[in-house]
Amino acid sequence: MTSANTFEARVSSGDRGPVIELTGTVNKAAKEPLEAAYEEAASVQGEMRLDFRAVDYINSTGIAVIVGLLAKARATGREIGAFGLTDHYREVFEITRLSDFMTIYDDAKSAK
Amino acid sequence: MVSWRRRTKAEAGEDKPQPGQAKRDVEIIEPIEIQPGDPLETVLVSMGRPVDVSELDLDSEALSTIRRAGAEIIVPLIGQGELLGALYLGRRLSDQSYSADDRRLLTSLAAQVAPAMNVALLVRSQQAEAEERERIQQELQVAALIQHTLLPKELPSVPGWHVDAFYRPARAVGGDFYDFIDLGLGRQGVVIGDVTDKGVPAALVMATCRSMLRAAAQQKTSPAEVLAEVNEALVDEIPPAMFVTCLYAIIDTAAGEVVFANAGHNLPYVRSSDGVVELRATGMPLGLMNGMEYEEKVYRLQDGDVMVLTSDGITEAHNPEREMYGFGRLMGRVARKVRDEDVCSSIVSDLEDWTGENAEQEDDITLVVITRTSSAELAASTFDPNPGEETLATFTVPSVEGNELLAIDRVVDAIEPLDLDLSDVERLKTAVGEAVMNAIEHGNEFNADLEVSVDVRATPAAVRVRITDYGGNKVIPEAETPDLEAKLAGDQTPRGWGLFLIEKMVDEVFTEQQNGTHTVELVLNQRGES
Repeated sequence: MTSANTFEARVSSGDRGPVIELTGTVNKAAKEPLEAAYEEAASVQGEMRLDFRAVDYINSTGIAVIVGLLAKARATGREIGAFGLTDHYREVFEITRLSDFMTIYDDAKSAK
Repeated sequence: MVSWRRRTKAEAGEDKPQPGQAKRDVEIIEPIEIQPGDPLETVLVSMGRPVDVSELDLDSEALSTIRRAGAEIIVPLIGQGELLGALYLGRRLSDQSYSADDRRLLTSLAAQVAPAMNVALLVRSQQAEAEERERIQQELQVAALIQHTLLPKELPSVPGWHVDAFYRPARAVGGDFYDFIDLGLGRQGVVIGDVTDKGVPAALVMATCRSMLRAAAQQKTSPAEVLAEVNEALVDEIPPAMFVTCLYAIIDTAAGEVVFANAGHNLPYVRSSDGVVELRATGMPLGLMNGMEYEEKVYRLQDGDVMVLTSDGITEAHNPEREMYGFGRLMGRVARKVRDEDVCSSIVSDLEDWTGENAEQEDDITLVVITRTSSAELAASTFDPNPGEETLATFTVPSVEGNELLAIDRVVDAIEPLDLDLSDVERLKTAVGEAVMNAIEHGNEFNADLEVSVDVRATPAAVRVRITDYGGNKVIPEAETPDLEAKLAGDQTPRGWGLFLIEKMVDEVFTEQQNGTHTVELVLNQRGES
């Protein structure tokens, strides 16, 4: 079921740095909450990681939001990683070459 | 009335004095018109012989002119009892009076000249008539060419609708016209009009009016405002005593809604399940005076409803007893259900029965018939079936943001029996989501009244999903590989991934634009079968 058109972003702490936990649908509506979470996470040292385990759908506008976030991080020299992507969205990150600019971890354990 | 004068010696090249002869000036008597009703005409016809000017005592303008010119004698040229012309002679060169022999000679001359002149006049008259006929024929050809050039070359083919039109010009070519304007987003403009007058002037006004309507229709969404704008522009352009009746309607082909305004044209009829109704909206014809406002009305056509637009060439056609065809008979004909719903032919056939065979058509005849056949036809309309193809689902979603998720769920349900690989299902979900989102945002511009149609079919070799919107008149960009470095550097917008993703997710993508719609076909091959 792909019908839940909602998104939430929550910041938590991991061993190596802040983690932004994404929940729901990543589309253009995710821009504001994700950027707010990024600003919050940016105050914490270490590699910032995006947790996609609770994400059910990412579309092209969601890809654009992630690109915007990545651009912001690169401008400040901040490293960003991601984990919890399904095989399909891992393929999408490879096709779009997002994976060339962020570390994609196989699972939460290796990411944290 | 033709008049004759004596040729001067100078004109004849005889003005050189002969030896022993004194040089003498010769007066020239200019041609003199005898106006119809001048008493001189009656007198000359009744006398029928050379007449001395001095013996005439008439209140005649022509006679006064003849006297002032110095004429002494008038020789009438009479043919079949009518005065064809006259010879005016001044005094003789010898200064002697005209003798009886002179008069007999002149009478004899007139008797020979008159018949020849009669023939010459007849030939000239026939030549003038032939030239006039040729001129009129050429003018009619020009008028017909203008009309033929500007009338639609083909009828709109809109899924769920059937459009038919009939146009037959009268011999004198009137100013009827009709037009179809694709306004995009599933809106179809329909125009029917009639210019007063006939021939080239009417055709030129028709061409001007048509161009103005087309321009205004692209700028304004209200038929009343379109007619008001065209009226303002036309008032300054149209010749005196000419005007244009015109009905302009915009049909929302998805909702069946007809918004219309009328500038004094015949009322359209709609045949619905409840009978025949007239679509009334008031307004003055175009081009008469500035500042006109037009009433705008709305009517919703249901499946099976038929809207008939006509020109007055139908209702004002006469039978041999000079009775008009009339609105009542037309309305009755519209009410009648006919075989194959060929309403155009039914009305034209009935009209021909009314006027009788070989009757000359009095005015242009124009008919436009629009039928809403089925509101559910859009989805399946342009899908060319492939051999062995099975329809898995056909549905629509309103053009509201987020409804691409509804479409994805419906497609996933539809392809479930195919037992596809999960990775293929996920790819198709992404491609469908992007294509439907484009249809909602770019094709239908988030107009909630417009629907995006989705058709899912499968063969053993492939799954085909066709997504159709109303963006048929828009330029669809080619999919390009996004420049991620430029986006990350802030040199490009982060967006622009949709078409790229669609192309990467499925095996083939086809696009098609026709009849105001835009369709994307996604083809996902079934692994191991293709």
